[in-house]
Amino acid sequence: MTAPTTSQANRRTLRRLLLIAAPMFGFGFAVAPLYSVICSLTGLNGRTSDRPVAVAEVQGEVDKTRTVTVEFVANVNESAPWEFAPKVVRMEVHPGQFYRTSFIAQNLTGAPLVGQAVPSVTPGPAAPHFQKIECFCFSRQAFKPHESKDMPVVFRLDPSTPADISTVTLSYTFFKVEDKGS
Amino acid sequence: MSTATHVHVEHHDAPPRGIWRWLSATNHKDIGTLYLVFSLIMFLIGGCMALIIRAELFQPGLQFVTPQFFNQMTTMHALVMVFGAVMPAFTGLANWLIPMMIGAPDMALPRMNNWSFWILPFAFTLLLSTLFMQGGGPAGGWTLYPPLVLQTGNAFPFVILSVHMMGISSIMGAINVIATILNMRAPGMTLMKMPLFVWTWLITAYLLIAVMPVLAGGVTMLLTDKFFGTSFFNAAGGGDPVMFQHIFWFFGHPEVYIMILPAFGVISMIIPTFARKPLFGYSSMVYATASIAFLSFIVWGHHMFTVGMPLAGELFFMYATMIIAVPTGVKVFNWVSTMWKGSMTFETPMLFAIAFVILFTIGGFSGLMLAIAPADFQYQDTYFVVAHFHYVLVTGAVFSLMAAAYYWLPKWTGHMYDEKLGKIHFWLSVIGVNILFFPQHFLGLAGMPRRIPDYALQFAEFNALSSIGAYIYGFSQLLFVYIVIKTIRSGEKATDQVWEGARGLEWTLSSPPPYHSFTTAPEVH
Repeated sequence: MTAPTTSQANRRTLRRLLLIAAPMFGFGFAVAPLYSVICSLTGLNGRTSDRPVAVAEVQGEVDKTRTVTVEFVANVNESAPWEFAPKVVRMEVHPGQFYRTSFIAQNLTGAPLVGQAVPSVTPGPAAPHFQKIECFCFSRQAFKPHESKDMPVVFRLDPSTPADISTVTLSYTFFKVEDKGS
Repeated sequence: MSTATHVHVEHHDAPPRGIWRWLSATNHKDIGTLYLVFSLIMFLIGGCMALIIRAELFQPGLQFVTPQFFNQMTTMHALVMVFGAVMPAFTGLANWLIPMMIGAPDMALPRMNNWSFWILPFAFTLLLSTLFMQGGGPAGGWTLYPPLVLQTGNAFPFVILSVHMMGISSIMGAINVIATILNMRAPGMTLMKMPLFVWTWLITAYLLIAVMPVLAGGVTMLLTDKFFGTSFFNAAGGGDPVMFQHIFWFFGHPEVYIMILPAFGVISMIIPTFARKPLFGYSSMVYATASIAFLSFIVWGHHMFTVGMPLAGELFFMYATMIIAVPTGVKVFNWVSTMWKGSMTFETPMLFAIAFVILFTIGGFSGLMLAIAPADFQYQDTYFVVAHFHYVLVTGAVFSLMAAAYYWLPKWTGHMYDEKLGKIHFWLSVIGVNILFFPQHFLGLAGMPRRIPDYALQFAEFNALSSIGAYIYGFSQLLFVYIVIKTIRSGEKATDQVWEGARGLEWTLSSPPPYHSFTTAPEVH
């Protein structure tokens, strides 16, 4: 086999380097699903489970010796036409015990609306330990014109919540669901 | 590869005349010149934007521009300086010097070389034209964070397209550099005999190929989020705006090394010449450069300590960032050791190189302060960050470019530059730049936020001082333009070696070098 000429070698180098560049372009997009998976496994961005936790599933005893403050925050995305607020803004809870609270939302328009609340927990490391047994965020909420709704949340803080966490904030952002035919 | 001594190059012996010489340029020197001239023009345009910013900040209150226009200026200043001035300037140096340093006749892929340059003027015309559009140019910062950047008006798709074009241009330039270095070295020029400028560029080129496509991917997602209904960064659709920051800084941190590694190479060429000693610790310089390049991929999180990262993440990014100080320290140590007991003289390139070593190190130290996660919560988005990255990019990258220009200008043009004017330019620059950026450290520590057109009264004195420095530094660059033009047109004839202590293949060629550098490959021993 003869040694390649310089221009053949150059073209081969060009091809090899393009084979690095092209996957790196794809890598940018691959970050999206990767990020989702990592975040839902670790709760890094405060994302909590979008499925209910069954009462039979939960583990651990109620820890009466420990008190954690849970704060509730309600936001409305951009100009979504709702009034949205928590019924109580703060609760003192014992890890392991079930609690019930609710959020109130009112459709401010004269037309039917569909909305969806997206939860987020701060600090992030608390997110995997925040268990929702029942939540209005699990499904879309339909509102009649000017309808006001009291939407319940039943939750529990897992007793395995890291000891350095003394305050957990549960925040909901209410989005208007555009009809995209789905 | 060992038989690649005789390369039959199908070129005309003289370049075509007039504008066509430049439009159809495939010669590495012509393309190098184009890159350098282009970057100088961009440096002046970006500089004018900086002066508008400093004029507005001379006093508290709003004097000259609206806040919206002020934000356009900070955004455009960064985009123009990063992608238009510093990166093309280093690519220009690479084009001019790498073939001469490794004993090659030209760059490996000359037609692609032409293409990679000529994309740039179009990209920047597109970018700068957004300033005249309805709604103005991008104003959300050069980091293009959503959701703010998605509020950009008509300019938005133009900005994204111009970023794509800059990326394509850099990737092609990088491929060319790697192909040239790997395939076109003269016989005997082993990798570990290559001049350090060539080494640093080889590593930089790999960084470019690895991260420019990631930026292209990120901005494409912004584009589809805005116009095609995707929700990569939109929480309403299940996305996360913080993800953009991860993607951006995965590109962005290697990007800052793309702008500084070739500068390390330039300084490693200049200091031995004027210290009249070989570079201290050549192989440790190569390994240090490679280590810095590797580490640049695992430290992006230090740009986003305040997004709400878990403690483990903060600690990881903090320690990983601090480790970078080790190879960088090796480099600074080697430069100082090269000067130690050398027969030093202080011509303009050496002055800029010594200023680089001192001032870049100051920028490195403030970087270490920023790397401390708990302290960063205080420094985040203040003028301390602005002071830090201008110390590493202006007194770092730009000073190395000035040093390189003075060092190789006699080789390129065949004329010596005016040493007296060069020294005046140096002293004006170094005094001006320190008056400009040093007070910004204090402003930042006192809590002045960046990217704000107005500020509280207690910041007034340092801001006025900083603006005065900006005007000294800015206008002294016009002297540089004058010196360059004067050197091209006239000046004492330069010898082939130019500098008494200069070593390396490029100094064996005539000044100016022949149109095709080494048509027969030199022997390297």
